[in-house]
Amino acid sequence: MTMNKTDILIIGAGPVGLFTVFEAGLLKLKCHLVDSLPQPGGQLTEIYPKKPIYDIPGYPSVLAGELIDNLMEQIKPFDPQFTLGERAETIEKDADGDFVLTTSRGTKIKAPVIAIAGGLGCFEPRKPPISNIAEFEDKGIEYIIKDPEFYRGKKVVIAGGGDSALDWTIFLAEMTSELTLVHRRTQFRGALDSVEKVMELAKAGKINLVTEAQVTGLKGNDKLESIEIKHKTEGVVNINTDHFVPLFGLSPKLGPIAEWGLNITKNAIEVDTKDYSTNIPGIYAIGDINTYEGKLKLILCGFHEGTMMVQSAFKHIYPDKKLSFKYTTVTGVTGFEKENA
Amino acid sequence: MSEGMIKVTVIDREDKAHELEAPTDMNMNIMELCKAYELPVEGTCGGMALCSTCHCYVQSEHELAEATEDEEDMLDQAFFVEDNSRLGCQLHLKDEMDGLVIKLAPVGN
Repeated sequence: MTMNKTDILIIGAGPVGLFTVFEAGLLKLKCHLVDSLPQPGGQLTEIYPKKPIYDIPGYPSVLAGELIDNLMEQIKPFDPQFTLGERAETIEKDADGDFVLTTSRGTKIKAPVIAIAGGLGCFEPRKPPISNIAEFEDKGIEYIIKDPEFYRGKKVVIAGGGDSALDWTIFLAEMTSELTLVHRRTQFRGALDSVEKVMELAKAGKINLVTEAQVTGLKGNDKLESIEIKHKTEGVVNINTDHFVPLFGLSPKLGPIAEWGLNITKNAIEVDTKDYSTNIPGIYAIGDINTYEGKLKLILCGFHEGTMMVQSAFKHIYPDKKLSFKYTTVTGVTGFEKENA
Repeated sequence: MSEGMIKVTVIDREDKAHELEAPTDMNMNIMELCKAYELPVEGTCGGMALCSTCHCYVQSEHELAEATEDEEDMLDQAFFVEDNSRLGCQLHLKDEMDGLVIKLAPVGN
């Protein structure tokens, strides 16, 4: 496996991580971003791309998705590298004293400085709070459908009312031996044509559609054998099944970062506001993931934190070099030559 | 009780009742109130009805503004949703909510 090298390894490609590339670029520092989501933007693109934001200086109003597009454009001259759809798992120090990060897919990135801009953490599927659910994980319960072929000829129960629940119901209807979709009300929030297709499949008897119901219990020895469904008016029923796939969206979790030896209070990383450094020299934390007295979780504040942080990172990387501060109005923006043209 | 203050009882996930003094003149909602008292409510999305981490049950008989379609949509991502389920962030504190009792809904891990 090839080793990627950079100056600042940024964990999290949300607005703060992205803008940090710009400020680092002005100091001639290169950045590589890692994010567990498949696209840059963090919660802005994942949760609320169409929501207007009103407190970005210079923008009376900007859509979250638009802000990310603009940031991507702004940092383009500095040719940032991206590793997306991979979660930052472990860090270790190599013989040079650099950090080496390994992702969930085994990608390795080496850098003298790590900036954690992880926001609220990495997005993971939301798991139903059924007491014995962990016993059946990968023994009949999957939170993500990786390979639909896996379900061919099987009995499957899907729960949820959004696009992923509807889309997978439509996709799996023909290949499973029995497919049940459980949803808590009669309306669905997914795309209208998907809703119609699901209704048609139910009418044709190709799927069992159970609405106004929720999955409340799981049974089985070694592997999942049946689920308990509580219906709003008809009480509790049990359905035999090989698989249960709860599709209730994603929610952020701090994840592996919690195990890196950083000082953490209430799911946030403690930093020194002088330069947003953590208790580990060379590791910084910026944006929503850090905490300090008076902390405000604002994009605006994250931009400031990233800007201050790269100054300190420069001194950490080049302890003997002198850094002279330059305004972009004086020097303009000089980008880097593209690595992978 | 001073003007602009009401009492709201929040029952946590261990069934412990917390009687909270809540201001009605600060445009605060139940999610923010719980966070202000350091009760275990995440409020991940910041109150946009986009995450369901402030899912709660209204246990008193107060007449509250009906849930919007957005709130209903987001309750689809919550667990153990009942007829009295609401998102705390969509319940804005008002004088007529004095004596409100809510219970925090279970959360997945």
